[in-house]
Amino acid sequence: MQEYRLLSTSGLLGYGFPEESLKEGIARKPHMIGVDGGSTDPGPHYLGSGKCLNSKMAMKRDIALMLEAALSAKIPMVISSCGGAGGEPHLQAVVDIVREVARENGHRFKLAKIHAEQSKSWVKKKLAEGQIEALKAAPHLDNGAIDRAERIVGMMGPEPFMQALDEGAQVVLAGRSSDPAPWAACATRAQLPPGPAWFAGKVLECGATAALPKGHDCLVATVQEDGVIVEAMNPIRKCTPMSVANHSLHENSSPCYHVEPGGLLDTSECRFDALSDRAVKISGMKWEARPYTVKLEGAELAGYRTITICGTRDPGLLGQWDSYLASVRENIVTKARAFGVEPDQYKLIYRVYGRDGVMGDWEPVKESRSHELGILVEVIGKTQEIANAVLSIARVNTLHVDFPGRLCKEGNMAFPFSPSDIEAGPAYRFSVFHVVKDVDPLSMFPIEYEMV
Amino acid sequence: MAKISEIAQVCKSKNAGPFEVTIDVVFSDKAMFEKVKKTQVLNADLIARLYHVKPSDVLFTVYDAGNAFKATVPRRIPAGDIGDTDVYGAQQHAPLLDVDIPISS
Repeated sequence: MQEYRLLSTSGLLGYGFPEESLKEGIARKPHMIGVDGGSTDPGPHYLGSGKCLNSKMAMKRDIALMLEAALSAKIPMVISSCGGAGGEPHLQAVVDIVREVARENGHRFKLAKIHAEQSKSWVKKKLAEGQIEALKAAPHLDNGAIDRAERIVGMMGPEPFMQALDEGAQVVLAGRSSDPAPWAACATRAQLPPGPAWFAGKVLECGATAALPKGHDCLVATVQEDGVIVEAMNPIRKCTPMSVANHSLHENSSPCYHVEPGGLLDTSECRFDALSDRAVKISGMKWEARPYTVKLEGAELAGYRTITICGTRDPGLLGQWDSYLASVRENIVTKARAFGVEPDQYKLIYRVYGRDGVMGDWEPVKESRSHELGILVEVIGKTQEIANAVLSIARVNTLHVDFPGRLCKEGNMAFPFSPSDIEAGPAYRFSVFHVVKDVDPLSMFPIEYEMV
Repeated sequence: MAKISEIAQVCKSKNAGPFEVTIDVVFSDKAMFEKVKKTQVLNADLIARLYHVKPSDVLFTVYDAGNAFKATVPRRIPAGDIGDTDVYGAQQHAPLLDVDIPISS
């Protein structure tokens, strides 16, 4: 029976994996080795700022081991959504690490770089043509929003990976990609059907997350005509029918229907059968081809952030928190206005841990019984200077504003740090979360080749 | 009566993209899952009440293959946007823990 084996080393490039697990994975003679590099999960900062989610040191360690293993076994190494957000600076950062590792170890190979950043003029053109639709709960998109975006990436499907491999690339580094796309690309390229190929990708993109205990570790998926077999490479982890079935819940709106570029993966009738006490075969998944769409992600600057952290242990203050805070806020508005900063130039946010710091308006417990409260004071200013100035005056007033029956006359708050004001820099928000229709799966994602 | 926190194996939340949060309740054995399912207490209307969203905005799935219930709702504030309290959406499950299910645990 024809089959194709895929080795995923971890949940994310730079999260690490045990070397023994990699050796065990290579012993299974995989046809490719890869790791997903990205996610929107850590928030909009990375796409907006161009910075990588994980450190260079951590990514380099993972890449060095994977590259050595791939070249020794003469199989391709594929990394998708490089550097986290998969924009141009993120891709370049990973390309630089791969070049550095190759130079240090005398490796030679053909490298493919697949770009995912989209030009604003092209996005505007598609918007004008009515080819862009908002995903659920996404903000309104117009030309102004496109102009404000720091960066817009397209989320590629399997086609650019297939193209790069067809061209003989041994190492493929891609910008923003649908998480399962590189794995689906390799398996469908080997003539296996799309249902099992995409399903394998859905499991592999998270490394050994589908095993028990879950962890950042290696997983092998064997794609067959009628299904997929998954097995964790670390002997401490087991894939069970329930652990794999429940992986379909992870970071998805539905466990049964997964929208991907060019189709829908339907797992509603999947069977999960234990092949041993540590390997599971999944069958019954279906792939329904649909008109090709590509997701777009963009982030824009929301302002500049400065914060301070403090806490109160004063029962008198805890008992009248709301009126105290109203009075502090009033003082801050007056004093900021005095140095020329109007309320529309900043947002002042008090996060009160011990009350509703975690859930905000969703918090069902309305009466805090805590003997102390942790306060995170935050200012988002139109400029960093405004944020710093307003936060500074907010800190002083939070500390010193009087309240009825006040015993703690020297200060209302305990500040753990000096300096207590922490400049956090530019703050971003996701501003584009849309799909673009009627596009060519390849032309949005140009591929460059080089001999390393 | 039994609270979800007393009978579920897993009760968790996480982002499903930056604009939605998804909440999962998983049971370790089929029998308990079936008992809970039969009560019909876990449904889109309950989730809408707990998370202050419209029932039509709740995507609710009874996931038999995983002995699980899943609900996806729009986030209060998009992940990482000004005022967000939980970038990963990993701590929004608590309201479900205290839900009473009319079964004997």
